[in-house]
Amino acid sequence: MSPAPPVEAALLLAAIALSLASGLPTLVRRDSEGAARLGALLAVGAGLAALAAAILGLAGRTGTVVDAAWPLPFGRLVLAVDPLSAAFLVPVSVVFPLASVYGLGYERGGANAAARRRTIRLFSGALAASIVVVTVARDGVVFLLAWEAMALSAFFLVTVEHEEAGIRRAGWTYLATTHVGTLALVAMVLLLRQRGGGLAWLPLPEGPAGTDAAILLLALVGFGAKAGLAPLHFWLPGAHAGAPSHVSALLSAVMLKTGLYGILRVSGLLPHVPVPLAALVLLAGAVTALLGVALAAGQADVKRVLAYSSVENVGIVAMGIGLALSGRAAGRPEWVLLGVAAAVFHTWVHALFKAALFLGAGSVVHATGTRAVDRLGGLLRRMPATGTAFVAGAAAAAVLPPFGGFAAEWLLYAGLLRAFLDPAHGLLLAPVGVATLALAGALAVTAFVRLAGTVLLGEPRSAAAERAHESPRTMTAPAILAAAAAAAAGLALPFLAPALERVASSWGGGSEARLVPTLAEAAALGPLTALLSSLAACVLVAALLVALAFRRRVIAGRPTWDCGYAAPSATMQYTARSFSTWVAERLAPPLLGVRTSPGRPSGLFPARVGFDSSTPEPVGERLLEPALSRAADRLGRLRRFQHGRLSSYLVVPVATLVVLLLWNALRAFWRLP
Amino acid sequence: MLDTLVQTLLHALVLALVPPLLPGIVNKTKAVFAGRTGPPVLQLYYDLAKLAEKGIVLSRTTTWVFWAGPLAGVVTALLAGLLVPLGTHRAPISFPGDFVLFAYLLALGRFFTAAAALDTGSAFEGMGAAREVSFSPLAEPALFFGFLAAARVSGSLSLSGLLTGAWTSGWFASGGALLLVLAAWFVVLLAETCRIPFDDPNTHLELTMIHEVMVLDHGGPLLGLVLYGSSVKLFVLGALVVRLALPVPSGGPLPAWLLFGAGMAALAIGIGVVESVMARLRLVRVPQLLVTACLLSALGTVLVMR
Repeated sequence: MSPAPPVEAALLLAAIALSLASGLPTLVRRDSEGAARLGALLAVGAGLAALAAAILGLAGRTGTVVDAAWPLPFGRLVLAVDPLSAAFLVPVSVVFPLASVYGLGYERGGANAAARRRTIRLFSGALAASIVVVTVARDGVVFLLAWEAMALSAFFLVTVEHEEAGIRRAGWTYLATTHVGTLALVAMVLLLRQRGGGLAWLPLPEGPAGTDAAILLLALVGFGAKAGLAPLHFWLPGAHAGAPSHVSALLSAVMLKTGLYGILRVSGLLPHVPVPLAALVLLAGAVTALLGVALAAGQADVKRVLAYSSVENVGIVAMGIGLALSGRAAGRPEWVLLGVAAAVFHTWVHALFKAALFLGAGSVVHATGTRAVDRLGGLLRRMPATGTAFVAGAAAAAVLPPFGGFAAEWLLYAGLLRAFLDPAHGLLLAPVGVATLALAGALAVTAFVRLAGTVLLGEPRSAAAERAHESPRTMTAPAILAAAAAAAAGLALPFLAPALERVASSWGGGSEARLVPTLAEAAALGPLTALLSSLAACVLVAALLVALAFRRRVIAGRPTWDCGYAAPSATMQYTARSFSTWVAERLAPPLLGVRTSPGRPSGLFPARVGFDSSTPEPVGERLLEPALSRAADRLGRLRRFQHGRLSSYLVVPVATLVVLLLWNALRAFWRLP
Repeated sequence: MLDTLVQTLLHALVLALVPPLLPGIVNKTKAVFAGRTGPPVLQLYYDLAKLAEKGIVLSRTTTWVFWAGPLAGVVTALLAGLLVPLGTHRAPISFPGDFVLFAYLLALGRFFTAAAALDTGSAFEGMGAAREVSFSPLAEPALFFGFLAAARVSGSLSLSGLLTGAWTSGWFASGGALLLVLAAWFVVLLAETCRIPFDDPNTHLELTMIHEVMVLDHGGPLLGLVLYGSSVKLFVLGALVVRLALPVPSGGPLPAWLLFGAGMAALAIGIGVVESVMARLRLVRVPQLLVTACLLSALGTVLVMR
């Protein structure tokens, strides 16, 4: 690869350095607001630098940024930017500054605020820097080091509030899972090295298909664990719900995407993709999407809903990757184009709306002190800016036109439909993919109507929600910005299409100049955008007309009619739990459903009874945990040998020595070989 | 060019003005079955005119979302109606994949209708909203599998193309598959427009209903918008079913529009018959019927994929 223009290299290195530096001011002067502001400023600088580098990369100014001898005995330090790297720089460059600015307000107050802020700033800077390095590393060892730095920073961010036992637990679960994933990645890097003859990540020559399949499978496990592909998603809800909200935004909107980047990067190196593996990725994506959204619809914790929705979106991106891989396996460049474009664009849009939702949820938590959906309500009146951003984010997450989420899925639909109608041999999985998207989209409507409706609308269900107040501007502005960008992204798609085409062609082998339709043709972007903008315009005009026509006739300030019931109270409202009775209890398979323990009154003079419901994570808490704790119990018997008496420990080597000597002597005696 | 313009105008006019007629025909049919005279066929027009004159009482709990529900319902149904061909071969707007947009426009309307119901803070309305958004996900795959089957048969990805193409080539080659799709879509139509056996449009205070309960607190012009929006939705989804079932006759626009009108009237009468001879299903049966529709539609797709 040719060297990148010096501007590009300077911008990237500046982004890495500024991200790292953004944690330092608060490290030195922990109680100073000025230091926090300086840190946020550095983060904004880092974000702008990374965004500029990403835009240059997407515009085609690509190449090697750094190529230097690496002091460790492993070869070279190679960093390079191509359109794919640039595409995955976008989420971190947007969300990291927003989260940092948001933190100025959010990190204030509460016990131990200064110490907490120090940890958050230091490690989110490290996280952002390592994510930048992960996306531009072109060498196995550099990649793994940055990957590990990212995983560890995220661990410290997840466990910021480590006073709570649940959060410590979520942190350990995350750490264990990510390291199992890293193990698979180490094996993958070694296989790549064996296959390509070096640690540098260059497109591989033709070779044994079995090794390639093994590389792709290891990548799926290692990167899938980070991205949250089912069934490796089980660590995600706990970790993302337990972290401080702006950190959750960073983890959910940005860090998960490195796993998807990894799958794209490594599969892009392989000369061929086996058809079954491409189908596996598509199916895994479909299962993840459905599982994520079905679980999101039943959660009782605001941030767990958002975390499961991230699982869903990761699944949808993975479906795009699966379509692109199928396109390579079947030799259909237009599937590749639409699959990669859908995956990348969905990654961007998801980063935006998930940041808006997590930042909005953070303000809600900050104002009310609770994450329980059923303790909230009526917040749109009390927190209009946060609430409006949250509604827009929820509409985008519910895949509604004209918001960005719809435009992203549109690309995937276009690809799947094309694959379905392919004259030679259509993709058999395409109808499954289309039906999955349709079902997941409709369930996302359910999940987000429930979330937004219960949290923001109606009457407050607790005193804390009653007293809620709007957050300071440092907290509302980032949420509004992210929500506005997510809303506008759908209309901006035609302008971004050339960049997406570049990503697809650089991933799909680049040099081979095949006749591929442009993205705008393949996905009918012209009429789509026209219709989406006229939808937005129609809604606005209709709202204006209705407001003008009927403004005089409004009789406001009455109680809700409610079929004439005289004394309605806030606790009589439908709760989120009852709202999801059908989706999460009656229609869901038992493993995925809500677990309830209704106390039933009995006897002539019934005692007080309570009602409890919980939504344990099906894979992590219902399947893995019992199995693992049983295994731990069994293995616990081995503890007898770990009693700490040195004299008995010494017996073991002595006995071994004696046995070996005896064996040798006997071997000589029996004249064995 | 002029012809296209006239056709587009005609389409828009029919779409905007005719829908309130359909509930009238349905109710007249039901009245005939019950041996009553029944309300006039134009009753909904009278109702709309009356509601437009009234005031809007707002609860102190509500926000702008309360207004967004009726508005989104009308706007999305009308826009979706521009994608479906009515009397002619081509809808005013037609491009590959437009049926995806069609389905998601209806989802947008559903999102804000349900959100507006929750905005009132009433338990009744929350219950209706919960049912609406819990059952409709089951209807969605049935709709999409039908689109896929028709797309495969006709080789076209636009709503106009696949509905017209399904007739010219499809019914002879893969009639069985299209029949399955037609049955599934009729079930989807009944579910999405809240007719018996899924929901009873006549009840207001029963606890087993879905759509009517969501809009209990909308009054005056807002209620008018809700009623108008749901009649447009009935019209648009009905047009989908009618256009799959009936061909476009040759010989100019007049016979085409006449046949389409007759088809729509027959559909409305059919809905009226269904409502007269059936009772509403128990709520637990609703998902089963919808899943059956999904399976029928999926079977149709499998049949055409051979």
